[in-house]
Amino acid sequence: MSTRSTTAPPPSSSGSPLLRVSGLRKSFGDHVVLDDLDLEVAEHGCVVLIGASGSGKSTLLRAIDLLEEVDDGSIELRGVDLADPWVDADAARARMGMVFQAYNLFGHMSVLDNVTLAPRLVHGRDKREAEAAAVEMLTRVGLADKIRAYPDQLSGGQQQRAAIARALVNDPELLLLDEVTSALDPELVGEVLELLAELRREGMTMLIATHEMAFARDVADQVCFLHEGRVHESGTPAQVLGGPQRTRTREFLARLHA
Amino acid sequence: MTTWQPSERALQRAAYRAGRRRRSFGVALLSTVVVAALAWWVLVTSPGWERARETFFDPAEFTDVLPGIAEGLWLNLRVWLIAGAVSLVLGLLLAIARTTTAPALFPLRAAVVGYVDIFRGVPVLLVLLLVGFGLPALRLPWLPNQAAFLGSLALVLTYSAYLSEIFRAGIESVHPSQVAAARALGLTRGQTTRRVVVPQAVRNVVPALLNMVVALQKDSGLISVLGAVDAIRVAEIAVTGSYNFTPYVAAGFLFLLVSVPLTRAVDAYNARRGWRGARGAAVGIR
Repeated sequence: MSTRSTTAPPPSSSGSPLLRVSGLRKSFGDHVVLDDLDLEVAEHGCVVLIGASGSGKSTLLRAIDLLEEVDDGSIELRGVDLADPWVDADAARARMGMVFQAYNLFGHMSVLDNVTLAPRLVHGRDKREAEAAAVEMLTRVGLADKIRAYPDQLSGGQQQRAAIARALVNDPELLLLDEVTSALDPELVGEVLELLAELRREGMTMLIATHEMAFARDVADQVCFLHEGRVHESGTPAQVLGGPQRTRTREFLARLHA
Repeated sequence: MTTWQPSERALQRAAYRAGRRRRSFGVALLSTVVVAALAWWVLVTSPGWERARETFFDPAEFTDVLPGIAEGLWLNLRVWLIAGAVSLVLGLLLAIARTTTAPALFPLRAAVVGYVDIFRGVPVLLVLLLVGFGLPALRLPWLPNQAAFLGSLALVLTYSAYLSEIFRAGIESVHPSQVAAARALGLTRGQTTRRVVVPQAVRNVVPALLNMVVALQKDSGLISVLGAVDAIRVAEIAVTGSYNFTPYVAAGFLFLLVSVPLTRAVDAYNARRGWRGARGAAVGIR
């Protein structure tokens, strides 16, 4: 793993980005969810996706993580187009971390087993090594005392932090976060967002779908407003959230503050 | 912390509930007595009762044949345990085979579908007769031809087909988001099946599996049609000698002695794991 700088590079840095999505199209039957969508995430960058439900945020994240087959377009991770069917999808997914809205922890496994599963099965670590790394990561997300617990014994915030630890322990090149606080009680949202802000300061490359505008303003170097399957407006948080140029963006933000 | 003194209102409510409970108990007791008395009356006033009592409930005959039948039951129990274990393993493998997607495994999937269709659709008795009398006719030198073995084989064929459908229902009950989470971590399809889907699937269908295991305990008595000397066959031989049917009742009694505690144990196990269904969480609703 390359050393990560602690200061984020400027947004939309020139040169080759870590992730470049271009011309992405995905439809479910007649319903076009992603329509010729372009997006870039620079190394150590943090791009936040905003937009109404159904605007395609989740589908975009799932498509990038190869959990949805796309109709057209390319998903280049370090210059390799993952949308090509001859690319090893399992290996590609192993390079990215995904955190889901509903946590999706494995209910039949302890927190520790959830976190050590991929290191042992996918990354070839032995049990001792994997458990040491998992304990370290769980301690980091504040779950040192929950290692032996099962997911249904944890609060929503704890479950989501365990799910983040499960993704982080594999040292992902890109972390995809799909509305990770939407299922949480308001008083539990803070603990998860704090953790993400910390990862951001450490230079983790992140693509985040969220409805937390204050959080977006704090962590994003680029905010993309998705509308009808495209990036309708994008720019710095100040540009998009502070002074949106397009009508749809203004309407969306106005509804949030209403 | 204040100590709670039930209010006047709470005491009234408690007294009312206690009264209703006494009344419910009284009604239940009365209806049980009435129904039992009615059943008894129908039985003893039936024209053939005197004769039936002698041929089905002869106490001397009962104690006479019981040890022999119990010995036969030991064979049933061994057939049950072995056929049950083999059926569970085979049923799970069949269900997993059906979830594979590799093109090379298409013949396997097709074979599993055919197997399940056939052995679920044919009566157990017919499978027993065909296996018990058909296979020995092939004169395969390596095939054991004891009735107990062939009977167990027939039970395995039928029960593994049923169990595979239960396992398949369990596999389909695992939420797709679990698969998405596993695949997102880089697990292959096979690793996801083995480590994430199957363990959760089995948990989800434990009650249904245990029911089938209890049913197999009873169906182990069917091997008697092949001449295996089990509890039912021993009873049959005794009946043929005396023309008294008490041995059948004795065999039924012994089967109940095993299956009732087994059923209760299964129910207790399911209840402990939270499978109490509509009688569980909803029971407190007035």
